[in-house]
Amino acid sequence: MTTTGELELRVLDRIDKARRRKAKITDERVTLAHGAGGKASQTLTDAVFLEAFRNPLLEPLSDQAVFGIGNARLAFSTDSYVVRPLFFPGGDIGDLAVNGTVNDLAMAGARPLYLSAGFILEEGFPLESLTRVVASMARAANAAGVQIVTGDTKVVERGKADGCYLNTAGIGVIEHPFALTADAVKPGDAVLISGPIGEHGVTVMLARGELDIDSDLCSDTAPLHGIVADLLTAVDGVRCLRDATRGGVATIVNEIARAADVAVVFDERAIPMRAEVRGAAELLGIDPLYLACEGRFVAFVEGAQADAALASLRAHPLGTGAAIIGRVVADPPGLVLLKTEFGGTRIVDVLIGDPLPRIC
Amino acid sequence: MRYVDEYRDADKARALAARIAQLCEPGRQYKFMEVCGGHTHTIYKHGIEDYLPEAITLVHGPGCPVCVIPMGRVDDAIHLAEQSSVIMASFGDMMRVPGGSRSFLDAKAAGCDIRMVYSPLDALKLARQNPDRRVVFMAIGFETTAPSTAMTVLRAARDGLTNFSVFSNHVTIIPAIKAILDSPDLRLDGFLGPGHVSTVIGCTPYDFIAAQHAKPLVVAGFEPLDILQSIYQLMVQLSEGRSEIENQYSRVVAWAGNAKALSVLTEVFELRPQFEWRGLGFISHSALQVREKYAAFDAERLFELPGVRVADPKACQCGEVLKGVLKPWECKVFGTACTPETPIGTCMVSPEGACAAYYNFGRFSRERLQQAGSPLAVISR
Repeated sequence: MTTTGELELRVLDRIDKARRRKAKITDERVTLAHGAGGKASQTLTDAVFLEAFRNPLLEPLSDQAVFGIGNARLAFSTDSYVVRPLFFPGGDIGDLAVNGTVNDLAMAGARPLYLSAGFILEEGFPLESLTRVVASMARAANAAGVQIVTGDTKVVERGKADGCYLNTAGIGVIEHPFALTADAVKPGDAVLISGPIGEHGVTVMLARGELDIDSDLCSDTAPLHGIVADLLTAVDGVRCLRDATRGGVATIVNEIARAADVAVVFDERAIPMRAEVRGAAELLGIDPLYLACEGRFVAFVEGAQADAALASLRAHPLGTGAAIIGRVVADPPGLVLLKTEFGGTRIVDVLIGDPLPRIC
Repeated sequence: MRYVDEYRDADKARALAARIAQLCEPGRQYKFMEVCGGHTHTIYKHGIEDYLPEAITLVHGPGCPVCVIPMGRVDDAIHLAEQSSVIMASFGDMMRVPGGSRSFLDAKAAGCDIRMVYSPLDALKLARQNPDRRVVFMAIGFETTAPSTAMTVLRAARDGLTNFSVFSNHVTIIPAIKAILDSPDLRLDGFLGPGHVSTVIGCTPYDFIAAQHAKPLVVAGFEPLDILQSIYQLMVQLSEGRSEIENQYSRVVAWAGNAKALSVLTEVFELRPQFEWRGLGFISHSALQVREKYAAFDAERLFELPGVRVADPKACQCGEVLKGVLKPWECKVFGTACTPETPIGTCMVSPEGACAAYYNFGRFSRERLQQAGSPLAVISR
């Protein structure tokens, strides 16, 4: 006789297989969910882009491609920015566009060198706003020690581009010997976060003024290559780094758990978060683990070096709120679990669609 | 955070769990239904089942507003949204609910003007900002959300707005509980009563459950300790051979409900002769329609609607899940053909749906963890 438990196990295995099946696009049109960084985005990337462009550099679908030219190891990345509103407490689309690409390079441990900037401007967009955005880009580039060395401008008809869309691409040089890939993550590793989560996501949401909630929160947008360089100098057991942007900490850690075929167990009590973020998330019924950050990253570090890594992060001004938030275990592979502050256990899955579009 | 942390205290939870376990009679199985989808969400989100002894099973009920909307009504709403004059305003969790062939999200991608709002008042604001368009609010939910829809209609009437209407899909909870109690294939030992619905209707409408069906019901709050305490209260009642209506959520729920909200509800809405519930079929006097007096704000009177009934997909067993007869994972398409991303049934759409809650939060097995020797298996008990 099969028990209920065995039946449930069988069902769970069936689901696991279904989840590992190759992504197929069933939608006839692009929907907002395809851009939200969750499962639909992954499906679109796998089924359309990867299918067409497949090559070994693209295939890991990291935030950046890493390759060698001569004796140099380079990182190369691009990102587009369509945030609404363009200006929000703590930042704007300009510094977001610089820091975003700088951070994609930083997650490979690269020192960012040069950026490109593409502007898609809507007819009628105030020049004063454009000047503000550009000045903010210049400041951010200066602060990050990168130069914007090439660019492009297009103007589209009124009503087409929400004022201003940006694209940046960047090149950086890798000067450390580590590989830093998702599949290097192993059971026993510790999971660290460089600071409190969710501030950018909540700030932008509130800045839209649709919720009638006021707060003192600011976006956390910041360039991360400095704190990453310090970390890589301090410990040699860093396995993988990922900035927790669209889809939040939950989504990127899921990607890594799946790539490394391991489980990750978070301790809810250890996850740093400002009271304002937690309050807004509770009010709106949003899980803060899915909220975007623009200046925080997750580090997977060999367990024995977790404390040293934490000390290194906390020694940097951008990492004073860093914490060890979880650990890597072998089972159940590909899943992310949360030990709740209440003392229960639950799954933390990839985000499905985004109720709050366009935050970066 | 105040008013939250004190209801999530793990030490208190362990103490309560021990007292619950002590009340279990050896060899007896207990089945409690949490009527409200908000409870289902809390139970999975905080891992409350980890505290319960094997003898207690929680059965997920029909109180998820999105889950009970039949596909024909979604098609009607999309038909409304297709009118070029119309802006459809909807709560976010309605966006992915599948109709006969597509969802709001698909319709939006195909060019319909569908806006997400957080309150019906936001829809009213849209109407003021777009005087040349007709704004329709997709009104869903139980007695929890219906008063705010009613208030919005009253405000629209007061302000003389002529381009705002509601498409009412509001339902009432008591007929659904009756339908479950009358269902022959389910044996329940008691209910966790819906906390937020009860803030409006109070506790007396549940009297028949104790009087006629001899089942206890405890109106429960939404924090994890609320749920555990309510289960404890149910267990105490059963151990003492009582079946009564109790109010655990007294910090919010008044025994008599909210008279103001009820009067606003009755002013604007009346019961429909009957309404189709997804998976449960037609239930008489179970839904609210706009009264004749406010016909100018009733989308069903203002627009021609196809009103075509769409049968639920054959493979979908939402009805059995909503009635608590099947556990989500026992449905044939659960997690394979039907996932939160490509839902076939409504229970997989809303975060309050039993299937979505189980899929998103509970889809791992303690047995598997134990077999694998994971440290979690030890932690979670």
